[in-house]
Amino acid sequence: MSTGMVLALLGAALATILAGIGSSYGVRIGGQAAAGVVAEDPDQFAKVLILQLLPGTQGIYGLLVTFITLSRIGVLGGTPITDTKTGLMYLIACLPIAVVGLVSAIYQGKTSVASIGVVAKKPDQFGKAMLFPAMVETYAILALLISILAVTNL
Amino acid sequence: MAIVKMQKLSLCAAKTHRKEILETLQSMGVMDIDNSYIQDEELQQMDTRTAMTTFEKNAATLDQVLKILGSYAKVSAGGGLFSEPEEVSKEKFDGIVKHQGRFMRHAGTIQDAEKEIQERRGIIRKNENQIIALQPWVSLDIPLGLHGTRTVRTLIGQMPGTWTLEALYETAIQGIKSADDSPVKADEFPVDIRIISTENGTTNIVVMCLRKDRDQVRANLRGAGFAAPAGEEKGVPTERIEYYKQDIKKQEEAISDLEKKIAGFADEADEFRIAADYYRTRAEKYRLLGTIPQSENMFFLEGWVKASQAESIKKMLEERFDAFVEFESIREDEIEPTLLSNNRFSESAEGVLEAYGLPTHGRIDPTTVMSFFYVFFFGMMLSDAGYGLVMTIGCAVLLLKKPRMAEGIKKMLKLFFWCGLSTTVWGFLYGGFFGDAIDVVAKTFFGYTGDTLLKPLWFAPLNDPMRLLIWCMLFGLIHLFAGLAVKGAEYLQQKDIVGFLSDVCAWYLMLIGLVLMLLPSDIFASISGQNFQFPAWLNTLAKGMAILGAAVILLMSGRANKNWGIRVALGAYDLYGITSWLSDILSYSRLLALGLATGVIANVINMMASYGGGGVVGAIIFIVVFIFGHLLNLGINALGAYVHTNRLQYVEFFGKFYDAGGKQFKPFKTVSKYVQVKEEK
Repeated sequence: MSTGMVLALLGAALATILAGIGSSYGVRIGGQAAAGVVAEDPDQFAKVLILQLLPGTQGIYGLLVTFITLSRIGVLGGTPITDTKTGLMYLIACLPIAVVGLVSAIYQGKTSVASIGVVAKKPDQFGKAMLFPAMVETYAILALLISILAVTNL
Repeated sequence: MAIVKMQKLSLCAAKTHRKEILETLQSMGVMDIDNSYIQDEELQQMDTRTAMTTFEKNAATLDQVLKILGSYAKVSAGGGLFSEPEEVSKEKFDGIVKHQGRFMRHAGTIQDAEKEIQERRGIIRKNENQIIALQPWVSLDIPLGLHGTRTVRTLIGQMPGTWTLEALYETAIQGIKSADDSPVKADEFPVDIRIISTENGTTNIVVMCLRKDRDQVRANLRGAGFAAPAGEEKGVPTERIEYYKQDIKKQEEAISDLEKKIAGFADEADEFRIAADYYRTRAEKYRLLGTIPQSENMFFLEGWVKASQAESIKKMLEERFDAFVEFESIREDEIEPTLLSNNRFSESAEGVLEAYGLPTHGRIDPTTVMSFFYVFFFGMMLSDAGYGLVMTIGCAVLLLKKPRMAEGIKKMLKLFFWCGLSTTVWGFLYGGFFGDAIDVVAKTFFGYTGDTLLKPLWFAPLNDPMRLLIWCMLFGLIHLFAGLAVKGAEYLQQKDIVGFLSDVCAWYLMLIGLVLMLLPSDIFASISGQNFQFPAWLNTLAKGMAILGAAVILLMSGRANKNWGIRVALGAYDLYGITSWLSDILSYSRLLALGLATGVIANVINMMASYGGGGVVGAIIFIVVFIFGHLLNLGINALGAYVHTNRLQYVEFFGKFYDAGGKQFKPFKTVSKYVQVKEEK
């Protein structure tokens, strides 16, 4: 296997690993807060579950980029990479969603916790509470977009 | 399309009609009664808290009884997201109200039975613990509490640690002297020790000795940690165990009798439900009654009704109850309650607007405009024909099966029904039906090796993401322009032509000019691969529009300020708002990203499902993985699409023109948690 291939695989793996770490952290702290609310008021289950799940999307974005990368570098399809430079380019193309996914999922999780607090006190304000974590996600989406555009156009 | 016009009524009637008037208004459910603005020191309010709490307590009791019935018989306790009230006839409802005392007694019986069951369960647990505590002593055939006979004393108890018989004897007799003053030997001294059992680091023993030696032996053993067994058992262990077992059986029989007794009330569940709703409705009435100002013979009411119904309600109240009804105008500090009215498609999106905040009167209800974009964008984000069909069919089935669901839930389901349809359309446009399921099935099971079977009607986003990105931004621009248009319509409604020209038209001019300048540029060509060649006059026009628009904004948006210096500074600040337009439009790139996410993850699921290969086993694996995988993907992506469609409406779209602040119209009405009284025809 060429060095380029290794680098590209590294990039693909990092997208899932880092974004996944971020998401699992975000979903974890959201889940802890949500469990507390449900213990007091089981009727809020659906609402707090949605808020808990919001930071879970970064992991999926990471998976997405990994999959697109793998299907282009000859693992799940496409042509295998032979030169180091192309491999390095794939690695760099994967970095936006890997790094931003990691960080934004953690911050989104913290925002979700705050929003779950809103729902606990004022369940009718769910629509607004949902918006705050969704704001954080914007940057993960932008990173995903750049990663996809970069990988598909390399 | 609009906010329903309201009319405020004030009512003054004789107290003798109070009950009838309130009950009529409640059953009609047309009036949002708010007496907080009537202030007169002459008028008194009744204290209805006791009555209200009684009714609320009764309703809560019945709720609890229904839950109890639910756990002993197949009775649904109600509640749940998609639950709907049952329909009952007026006669049945009135009949039950007449016999409410009986049902409350039955409810009391059920609650007592439930309490007794819990108590008996407690006894069973206690008995079981006793049996466990007696287990080490089963081989003992004398009562645990036996002190001894006339000459012999018994000591029954536990020693910490594991002991041998020799060690026990030695410990028991130490320090006891025989007749010649030498220490006694174990086999000469009249003491008998038996080890009953050894477990968990304790040795259970029985010691028998002469009455006169008892104190000495006991002191010796106590020195080594001897203690009477825990618990207060005095009898023969096996007999006691038998007794407890019998008692458990007795308790269980009693419990099962009680359970049957409770289950016997199962066919009264309907009655309990009706009574619960009745009590809630009464409690609601008393809550209102507590706010009603009254004099010695008269009482007063104020509230809002739909303007279209105002005349007929006024007439009805005047004719039937001799009431004095007047149309009032709004007070200064009062907010007219908001009730939305939209066409059958757009009303489904009212819940989305409610979650953000209702509009105030005099503003435009954005539901109609929003509903189209909502459904359009949701479909674009979920964008899979298979998922769309699942959603549409699921919502349609629920809506048809349960026509009396709560209004809010019904609207939400309707919205998702439309969103599902839109998702299906976008799915076919993008060529996604459970991802690439059709191709994967054809290749795995039927050995197909040709071109893609389900060709996208438009194009597959993954093959040309850049192209779709440009489209997304175009849709975004249209969405934002629509928002600006609503703002313009509001200016026109208020006949503020200057505002319309300088705050709306100027922005249109500048933005369209800028877009027209961007299109033929090299940057755009290199990004999109599209080459626009405009004639020179159009390029000049574009520049002219942008400059004119910018100039108007610069000079006019601070027009409220007299000082020209500040005015221009404010204008410059507003002009800087162009950056927010840029970020708003970029925000629509989520349409692409989420659309891609659904499709690609669906493909991953199909790929994993097809790893089982062809054949029967492969097919089973395929079906299992397919169902679970796609359900998961549908769930997560539908959530994502929902959240981000809301975001696009709330932040980007509403940000251009909308601010909430309305108060919801909440008519005084009957409570129908469980049942709905059928309207008489």
